[in-house]
Amino acid sequence: MLDFLIAQTLNGLVYSMLLFLLALGLSLTFGMLRVINLAHGAFYLMGAYFGLTAWNLTHSFWAAIIVATVGAAIVGMLLERSWLQRFYVRNELDQVILTFGFALVFADIMKMLWGKDIHSIPVPPLLSGAVHIAGTYFPAYRLILVGVGVALFVATWLAIERTRTGALIRASVADRVMVSGLGFNIRLLFTYVFGFGTAIAGLAGVLGAPITGIYPGLDFEVLITTLIVVVVGGLGNISGAFWAALLIGLAETYGKALYPAAASFIIFGLMAAVLLIRAWGRDEEDVE
Amino acid sequence: MTVADVIVQRRSKPFVALRLWSVLALMIAAFAAAPFLGMPQFVQALVIEILVFSLLALSLNVLLGYTGLVSFGHAAFFGIAGYAIGIIAIHISTDILVTFPLAVLVAALCAVPIGWLSIRLSGFYFLMITFAFAQMVFVAAFRWKPVTGGSDGMIVPGATLFGAPILGSRESFYFFVLAVFTVCAALLYAIVVSRFGRTLVGIRESTPRMRALGYNVRRYKLAAFVVGATFGGVAGVLNSLFNLFIAPESAHWTQSALVLVMVLIGGAGYFVGPIIGATIVLLLQHWLSSYTEYWGLVLGILFIVLITGAREGIAGLVMQGWNHLRGKGP
Amino acid sequence: MTAAVRTSRVSKSYGAFVALKDVDLSVEPGERRAIIGPNGAGKSTLFSIIAGQKPPTSGSIFIDGADMTGARPDQLWARGLSRTFQRNQLFQNLTVWENVELACAAHHRGLFKSVSRDALDDEIGGVLERVNLLGSHDVRVANMAYGEQRQLELALALAGRPRILLLDEPTAGMSPAETQAMLRMMIALPREITILIVEHDMDVVFSLADRVMVLNLGEVLADGTVREIQGNRNVSEVYMGKAL
Repeated sequence: MLDFLIAQTLNGLVYSMLLFLLALGLSLTFGMLRVINLAHGAFYLMGAYFGLTAWNLTHSFWAAIIVATVGAAIVGMLLERSWLQRFYVRNELDQVILTFGFALVFADIMKMLWGKDIHSIPVPPLLSGAVHIAGTYFPAYRLILVGVGVALFVATWLAIERTRTGALIRASVADRVMVSGLGFNIRLLFTYVFGFGTAIAGLAGVLGAPITGIYPGLDFEVLITTLIVVVVGGLGNISGAFWAALLIGLAETYGKALYPAAASFIIFGLMAAVLLIRAWGRDEEDVE
Repeated sequence: MTVADVIVQRRSKPFVALRLWSVLALMIAAFAAAPFLGMPQFVQALVIEILVFSLLALSLNVLLGYTGLVSFGHAAFFGIAGYAIGIIAIHISTDILVTFPLAVLVAALCAVPIGWLSIRLSGFYFLMITFAFAQMVFVAAFRWKPVTGGSDGMIVPGATLFGAPILGSRESFYFFVLAVFTVCAALLYAIVVSRFGRTLVGIRESTPRMRALGYNVRRYKLAAFVVGATFGGVAGVLNSLFNLFIAPESAHWTQSALVLVMVLIGGAGYFVGPIIGATIVLLLQHWLSSYTEYWGLVLGILFIVLITGAREGIAGLVMQGWNHLRGKGP
Repeated sequence: MTAAVRTSRVSKSYGAFVALKDVDLSVEPGERRAIIGPNGAGKSTLFSIIAGQKPPTSGSIFIDGADMTGARPDQLWARGLSRTFQRNQLFQNLTVWENVELACAAHHRGLFKSVSRDALDDEIGGVLERVNLLGSHDVRVANMAYGEQRQLELALALAGRPRILLLDEPTAGMSPAETQAMLRMMIALPREITILIVEHDMDVVFSLADRVMVLNLGEVLADGTVREIQGNRNVSEVYMGKAL
């Protein structure tokens, strides 16, 4: 029983970290650009496919990681520059529809390019072993993933709280007009932040590939859970996203293991409850 | 110009809606006559499908187009009513005078608590919470095997009337759907042009102003939500009776998204918009799916083009063109 | 006499930031009262608390002696309180007539209350006449000039036949000519309507108001007749060199 619990906890943590990487980009994009990017899940899958192709060509996991991250960043920045930028002034429904349109287009383009089969990228030999801790063996790769997630959380948090660019990002979350008044090239900053978000999603895709596999439809699966995480954590709130990712990731993993019928019921219920608790008693005009 | 002059001037304006309704009445008459003029069975099936989804899209438009509430879970009520009629038919009675109203009532009653909670949120959060509730309905349908049949779906017994089976033939069902659609569309039209409907438009245009004008906005939003769910439920009932089968996919978020698309493509806020949208989407789907598996790509491009170029949908484009012609013409 | 609008020790804080501190305000029926103060003084916060848009952190609001603390805007409206918005809140896609119709229909609601078409039309026309918008009755609001939109903003607030009218910067963003037109319209309002106005333009304030309350940094700096305020040293200091 204890073994089972420990194993599920580790699985839950790994899943949580993947969710956090996805939520990080989505939340940051929303906080700063006020855009809800429903194509975010597509960047996860895109990263995985980019990584797959790179791995097939080079058989190097590191190459896969680099290609996935850079590739997702480039596509993300192109999307932002070519289309999204015009939509910052539009209402959220328009943005939701536009990005949903791109999500559908990306999904089918990926289906055309990589087919409908389920693929996977093997864990690199260096990390394929198991680590012996306190009488239990843990797959090294999964431990590393948890480490990467926590490290990225700390790094992003520090970057936003402690650096000049971070201060600028925080300021533009709070007041966009003020920052552009200061003469910073806010448009370029937006593009970079968007690109950073999609890059991290791509990274999550390639890192997650050995665990989740790569298949059409995965993009929308992760998108939905990520949206839940971001909503529960509070849109634009990085540390909120981290804790929410842990909550949702663990809840879903335990739920699936213990009571499979209700697992997704629980996370949707959790989101509804969080939304309602936050809105309760407040005047509707205060609720964005 | 005095007040009296303005009132006289306003009352002498031609009644535009009359023209629209004479066109619609002609179309309905044409559809009613079509089976006698040899409309093939498969076309009848397609028309039935278009009418069912037009009704679903019309019901969503009460929320989306008129009240400005973007629900991403409207299929929930389509699904709830669709399952309700099956469950009632299996366990209570197959008599359509029992099943039909009862199933619609179930959808409306479910909409009360769901709407009461959801309308506390607005904008994107409203979208997410309606999505969450709809997915909970989907999961319930998917997992509650003893009642719903789970992922296999559920066979819906055919309808009877006073013990005799009815609506068994394609043709009779075609007339039935056409009649129900006509009645519901007329009711919905009466609702949106009523004072209640205009109040909803006011909420869409400026909620703070409506509150300052003394309107209890939440009560109106809830009423709109329940009205939308009720007519969505009628569509769900028709769908189940037509297919004699219902599966969890009816309540899935992709279904909600599809209806949303229909309304937006046709033109939210225009009464006929959802009908145009449902027709176009379903025709495209039928026509394209025999050529390409990349239906999503087409839909996605349609979205992007539409939202970039024509925000008010096809009905909006037509209206713009019409006004343009009239403005330039003699 | 019971005050039309009274606040008792109203405070509002956001976290550590105190936007309003123990503000006492009392407006007699029929009085025209202005609230002025430099940016960030808490005028808008006080205004939105009285209008029921947000609740105070502490303190109470009384309308005609009844405690209406935390009441919703529609409940305040039922007590005869109406308001305009600093940023236009109009029904942009409807015509001017339809805008006023929605506003007038508000007090003819209820299942058993109905009003004849003629009576409602006369009422709508009357409101439009009062704000000089009768000629634009069929214009879509989105196509109107800004100054006219501000007039409509006032029209919608008047349509409810309010006893108490809250005006939130009615001349904000207007040209001098438009401001003068708006001022004339406000001065011509029936005297029995109690008016509470937040306004930047001192000419408007001193031509319209009977009494003025000055807020600074969330606290009441001065409260008195126009003449008293004009002669108040503290007030001039707060406005640093701005001639009053």
